[in-house]
Amino acid sequence: MAGMTFAQKALAAAAGRERVEVGEILFVEPDVCLSHDNSAAIIKTFGSMGAERVRYPERTAIFLDHCVPAADERYAANHKRIREFVAEQGIVHFHDVNRGVCHQVLAEQGLARPGGIVAGSDSHTTTAGAFGAFAAGIGRTEAASIWATGRLWFRVPEALSIELAGEFPPGVGAKDLALKIIGDIGADGALYMSVEFSGPAAAGLSVSERMLLANMGAEMGAKNAYLPPDEKVERFLEGRPEPYESRPLFPDEDAEYARRLRYDLSEIEPGLACPHTVANYAPVREKAGTRIHQALIGTCTNGRIEDLRAAAEVLRGRKVARGVRLLVFPASSEVYMQALKEGLMEVFLAAGAVVMNPGCGPCLGAHEGVLAPGEVCISTANRNFKGRMGCKEAEIYLASPETVAASAVAGEIALPPAYGKEASREG
Amino acid sequence: MKGRVWKYGDDVNTDVIFAGKYTYVVSEPSEMAAHALEDLDPSFAKEVKPGDVIVAGRNFGCGSSREQAVLCLKAAGVAAVIAESFVRIYFRNCVNSGLPPIRCPEAVRALEAGDVVEIDLRNGRILSEKGEFSFPPFSGEVRAILEAGGLLPYTRRYLGLE
Ligand code: SF4
Repeated sequence: MAGMTFAQKALAAAAGRERVEVGEILFVEPDVCLSHDNSAAIIKTFGSMGAERVRYPERTAIFLDHCVPAADERYAANHKRIREFVAEQGIVHFHDVNRGVCHQVLAEQGLARPGGIVAGSDSHTTTAGAFGAFAAGIGRTEAASIWATGRLWFRVPEALSIELAGEFPPGVGAKDLALKIIGDIGADGALYMSVEFSGPAAAGLSVSERMLLANMGAEMGAKNAYLPPDEKVERFLEGRPEPYESRPLFPDEDAEYARRLRYDLSEIEPGLACPHTVANYAPVREKAGTRIHQALIGTCTNGRIEDLRAAAEVLRGRKVARGVRLLVFPASSEVYMQALKEGLMEVFLAAGAVVMNPGCGPCLGAHEGVLAPGEVCISTANRNFKGRMGCKEAEIYLASPETVAASAVAGEIALPPAYGKEASREG
Repeated sequence: MKGRVWKYGDDVNTDVIFAGKYTYVVSEPSEMAAHALEDLDPSFAKEVKPGDVIVAGRNFGCGSSREQAVLCLKAAGVAAVIAESFVRIYFRNCVNSGLPPIRCPEAVRALEAGDVVEIDLRNGRILSEKGEFSFPPFSGEVRAILEAGGLLPYTRRYLGLE
């Protein structure tokens, strides 16, 4: 009998079984149920189910991040209803408008842990797979049902193995890799699947880079993504709350994968997702010179301290080009604080950027920083669908923080300055 | 349950099942049913009868995650969808709305439009004049969701409210 993939192991463990097969349907009790501003809608469904009490208030995590602070009366009323519900039900993990994007704050609060089962009413819930958790997006009715009963059904997914080897060239990183993979396999290349990264280079990735890959897994159609947990994950979790115990799981060597891919990081170059799909890949060099009007650094994809450092490195002592708005918003208050300590905010402000509060910011076009017809934006987010940033006649390119910062300075799509230079080996 | 077959090909997407332009304007079940499969087969909504079954190829329900693409079929009286494969979100939406998504490539290959089929969910069998086909029966609890008519009524029942 073949070994098991990570997804098989995680769901088997959660269902109290020795072994489960692909396609089987299991009921499990998630360790965490995540939701955000959409909790207002979930509360309504919860009510129409006739439920009165949340089964596990200590496993329920609600983050206000999508439109914060509220942009209009409707959002404000939703936020108010959510706060009341949190108080009524004694929801343990509640983070108000000051804290940041749900996927980032989930990790910072220790809620994404090896072997944990995370169900989230947001498609980028896959992010928590960076910590070796089984983390999948669910619908609102499903979230309401978890609140009411503590459990939900899952289908054991097929799996896609992505083995990583080699080292990134200077100026190239995990975002460039993710865009390349999605360009290669398409937006449905991993439909239904558990995307499981492995190989020597996966172990070399920082926690932040792993979160990026797991986050972008959603754009391949993945059910969940997984990177093997190690001491880097342990170190990240040290000193943070421990809402449940870590249970590190690893796929068997002879696990059966529906498909296997292999990438050599040394062959990756700065990349873009061109309008209007994430799979519309092009190397930056092919689009260099495209005029831009807005540049955006942040989101659950690229709003971490490592991303801000990389962008600040490019922006230090330079100015954003005339006619370009650069918006910077850290993924969380923790990231914001760290950036302040390191003096990065000074670099951004001196360069002429607008520094915004932690949260989803302009990512989904709900408020702040929306585009006008005919405008072009280059962004570190994960989606560039038509209308994503509030305007159907605008164009969005996706890229790494280095590429976005370099483009903001140039006023047009530009390669990161470090790219093509020899890696500095000293120090 | 017993009904007639409506047969379609591969990659039937959520846009042809329920057009995006109606997503925010049509919400009444009967109205939803009137637009079901409009862009794929204009005769469907007019002639479908309660208990009919959709039979299709690979990748059924690709596209967006809109739940209406399941609800409109349910509202039209469709008793089940038999396909070679389903897109994950569509599969989930089917179960959660109480519309059985049945994976059975053999039946898809054999069945044609107009055939009469009878589906035995408990035992995982499809009976027809073209023969008998089997599919892995749904686990007890998923069957309970399907039999309750979806996740919402199932949860009510689970909580002892019905
Ligand atoms: S930052 Fe963007 S992609 Fe991430 S959770 Fe917020 S809206 Fe979604």
